[in-house]
Amino acid sequence: MAVAETDIARKVVQRASSGERSRDLLFRSSLMLCLFIAVIFLGVLLVDVAADGVGFLSLEFLTSFPSRIDPQSSGIQSALLGTLYLMGLCALFIVPIGVASAVYLEEYADNERWYNRLIEVNIQNLASVPSVVYGILGLAFIVRGPIDIFGLGVGQPTLLAGALTLGLLVLPVVIIVSREAIRAVPPSIREGSLALGATQWQTIWKQVLPGALPGVATGVILALSRAIGETAPLILVGAAAFQRFNPTLDGQFSALPIQIFNNVGEPAGVFRDLAAATIIVLLVILLLMNSAAIMLRNRYEQKW
Amino acid sequence: MERTTPARDDARNDVSTRDLSPRAGEHADGSAAKPDAEGTAVFRLEGVSVAYGGVTAVDEVTFALREHEITAFIGPSGCGKSTLIRCLNRMNDLIPSASVHGSVLYHDQDLYADDVDPVQVRKRIGMVFQKPNPFPKSIFENIAFGPRVLGMKGDMSEIVEGALRKAALWDEVKDRLKTNAFGMSGGQQQRLCIARTMAIEPDVILMDEPCSALDPISTGAIEELMLDLKDRYSIIIVTHNMQQAARVSDRTAFFNVDKLEAGKRVGKLVEFAATEKIFTTPDDKRTEAYVTGKFG
Repeated sequence: MAVAETDIARKVVQRASSGERSRDLLFRSSLMLCLFIAVIFLGVLLVDVAADGVGFLSLEFLTSFPSRIDPQSSGIQSALLGTLYLMGLCALFIVPIGVASAVYLEEYADNERWYNRLIEVNIQNLASVPSVVYGILGLAFIVRGPIDIFGLGVGQPTLLAGALTLGLLVLPVVIIVSREAIRAVPPSIREGSLALGATQWQTIWKQVLPGALPGVATGVILALSRAIGETAPLILVGAAAFQRFNPTLDGQFSALPIQIFNNVGEPAGVFRDLAAATIIVLLVILLLMNSAAIMLRNRYEQKW
Repeated sequence: MERTTPARDDARNDVSTRDLSPRAGEHADGSAAKPDAEGTAVFRLEGVSVAYGGVTAVDEVTFALREHEITAFIGPSGCGKSTLIRCLNRMNDLIPSASVHGSVLYHDQDLYADDVDPVQVRKRIGMVFQKPNPFPKSIFENIAFGPRVLGMKGDMSEIVEGALRKAALWDEVKDRLKTNAFGMSGGQQQRLCIARTMAIEPDVILMDEPCSALDPISTGAIEELMLDLKDRYSIIIVTHNMQQAARVSDRTAFFNVDKLEAGKRVGKLVEFAATEKIFTTPDDKRTEAYVTGKFG
């Protein structure tokens, strides 16, 4: 009798109790609520900014110099150019140094050695050092410091000094991302290349780096899109606001976040709308950069 | 393609054309290549042991592998056969903790001598791996990579065609040389890897379980290819598949795992003889038990 009962019990699929079901529902809705909070705040911010700033957006806005005196004709040309130059210079600086460091750490460094491990831990730490600290570093060692590399006006609050400071700020990120991209190239590719009599240098240059390139490029773009919004380090290295001439490599410079910051600080309400319009421009650039990163990744990422 | 001339053979055998010049000289007058009753040895190993971080993986291997033969290494997992084959072209150098003791002589040149460049070794002694590892490039570029990095002279499309023909792959891929090698089947990819190795005109081809990731038809194609290639190259193959060793190899080395105290395991060469003897009348009881499927 007892045997027969357990036999039947084994064949019955138990229904979920209503308690279990409601717990599941509760869990799922709380997850969605959290997501909703995150999205709604961002949405409100975007709508608010767009409502304030969209009226000011025009070609003149992009091509006029900012003005404290005449807000109606104020634009962002010097700040926009400053930001674009900063990004370009910054990329020139971080790509070779970041990729080379990553290649050393992944392909040559012996992880058993204490100094290589020390470097590794420090790069991780540097990636999360507050940007204002990099600003102080840039002020002390690049702007006011003794290092006037190439005599290009480093040693003054110049565009080059700003770009180098931003470069130092995002360099750890570039190294970390590049290392991941290099590590994603399977060891069998290196073995195959070395087994054909290629040197380690040829293997890295012709097999590993081309395979890692999409990942590295994506990482560099994401690092630059962090740099583009940085304000604190640029304030410290002496970026100017309301600059009424275009920046040069060895001269005074401005940048979009600096212009936003200074616009918001002006007493007249119209400057807040100018700030909103500038924010829209900055966001559009950011969006373009991030889409480029996603496209690169989807299009060229190597499936091994 | 005609048979390689003796002079070219000599160049192929010489590990480093300049650094080991006295030995290269020996080759030129033929004194080092002494054909005995056993045939000419391509590799002579004497007391070779390999350790990873102080733990011995394979211990005290002594044997001579002959030229223009297919030698098979068989044995259960962990017996050190893959470790040993990776010593023969210094691929073990890539593992920092690996250390090799004893002497590995390739045409009487010590491969582990201080002045030997592993890159030069791998130029002479090619390797095909367990999993096909084509480069993420076109079929053409896969073959052309080796000759290019070695700075080989000649028309690259001829080199590529020659290598693909030798690998019996030309007819299958001649219309899609520019397509990515990742689009080929596993068996084709492995034959591409063999073709790639032959493009650098090595003297020896090492194959580390080349068919273990392939289906029986692709395996058959590769075995046929090996038999075609053996009068041109010396081939050494590690295999888990005993029928494969019996089908293709001339001589077979059987390795086994010795269990030492404290759970340590070390690979040993048990028996090395003509394949027919290993599979029919082996001298060692363990060989017999393994080839008849009683263990392993």
